[in-house]
Amino acid sequence: MSVVIPSPTNTSRYLQTTIIAARYDGGVVIGSDSRASMGGVYVSSRVINKVVQVHDKIFCCMSGSLADAQAVTNAVIHKLNFHSMQMGEPPLVQSAASIMRQFCYNHRDELSAGFIVAGWDRKRGPQVFEVSLGGMVVEQEFTIGGSGSTYIYGYTDAKFKPGMTREQCLSFVTNALTLAMDRDNVSGGVAHLAVVTESGAERQLIPGNKLPMFHRI
Amino acid sequence: MATAMAMNRLQHLSSSNNLVPDWISQEVSTGTTIMAVEYDGGVVIGADSRTTTGAYIANRVTDKLTPIHDRIFCCRSGSAADTQAIADVVTYQLGFHSIELDEPPLVQTAANLFKEMCYRYREELMAGIIVAGWDKRRGGMLVRQPVSVGGSGSTYIYGYVDSNYKSGMSKEECLRFTAGALSLAMERDGSSGGVVRLASISEDGVERQVILGNQLPKFSSA
Repeated sequence: MSVVIPSPTNTSRYLQTTIIAARYDGGVVIGSDSRASMGGVYVSSRVINKVVQVHDKIFCCMSGSLADAQAVTNAVIHKLNFHSMQMGEPPLVQSAASIMRQFCYNHRDELSAGFIVAGWDRKRGPQVFEVSLGGMVVEQEFTIGGSGSTYIYGYTDAKFKPGMTREQCLSFVTNALTLAMDRDNVSGGVAHLAVVTESGAERQLIPGNKLPMFHRI
Repeated sequence: MATAMAMNRLQHLSSSNNLVPDWISQEVSTGTTIMAVEYDGGVVIGADSRTTTGAYIANRVTDKLTPIHDRIFCCRSGSAADTQAIADVVTYQLGFHSIELDEPPLVQTAANLFKEMCYRYREELMAGIIVAGWDKRRGGMLVRQPVSVGGSGSTYIYGYVDSNYKSGMSKEECLRFTAGALSLAMERDGSSGGVVRLASISEDGVERQVILGNQLPKFSSA
């Protein structure tokens, strides 16, 4: 990935986001910021929701070129729906990740978008997958992505523990998003969260002024 | 003259094919993680210990905490040659200034001397320096900030530092905080690694310690 020089005339939209998903005992928490910027200088949308529901209990987060990400996500929703109807049962999270990967890998020369796929299914419970730029799929306990994620590698490495409760996981994801949004100029706005468990999916929105405050250095 | 020409030819060779390894012609750089935290009565500074030329680790036990005066240190990041040269010049200038004044120099003076050098030659240099120390007037003082991080590895720990720093920490807490942050950065940054070198500077003097790789604080891995 080449370095993008911020300027108003550079309208490419690379990796301008912070996305995160984490697994806890019983479900997953997925979160993203809400800023879309052009050239790293102009905020083209301050309320965009990068957490997209691809099925009842499967969500995905977009990063990278938002146009590419939206195109792929729409294609995945369509294909996953069809697959689910054929199977006659809700799809597996792994299937969603696999379909995502097919698109990303087969068109890897044209696309530049990375995803996090997370959700709950009956076979293996809560899962988090990272589908990166070229089409690699890795299952992880938690994963972070986007330009803002570089600033929180240290924090998430230190703070994540497997087998957290739902509240602990929510505060882990919220804190991580807040810290990244505080430091990354192309991430910001509100925190969009989604919690997926066996009983269903629930969306939350935390406005900017309700985000946790950290010591201002 | 002859060496300069040979270097150019080597660079051309290495850039045009993959048979020549990149460390033959790459500049020696301290892509690094450095950090300094102020506590009541002093300052704790820390750095990793890796110096690289391209992908080769030229020195895995580098000391990037350079004394400039009895109670003033600098943490160096960027080009190893540039920062060593600047540090040598400032050490000389500060020593002279201190003799003229007949008392230990202020940390702010040291920082200003660094600033003069880095700014005047900013086109030629590549250096990121944290100046930290203790002086009689301001106590333990990091220039203008209670916490500072620098180097290529620092981007990975902004979130950790923002969330874990609290004002009024004791010296031990500062040491643990710095060691923890440096370990996390060294885990993620390819250009930082080796051992953690710490120094705490206060009115009573300078205490140095080294934390070896296998003794670094561990965090739960995912």
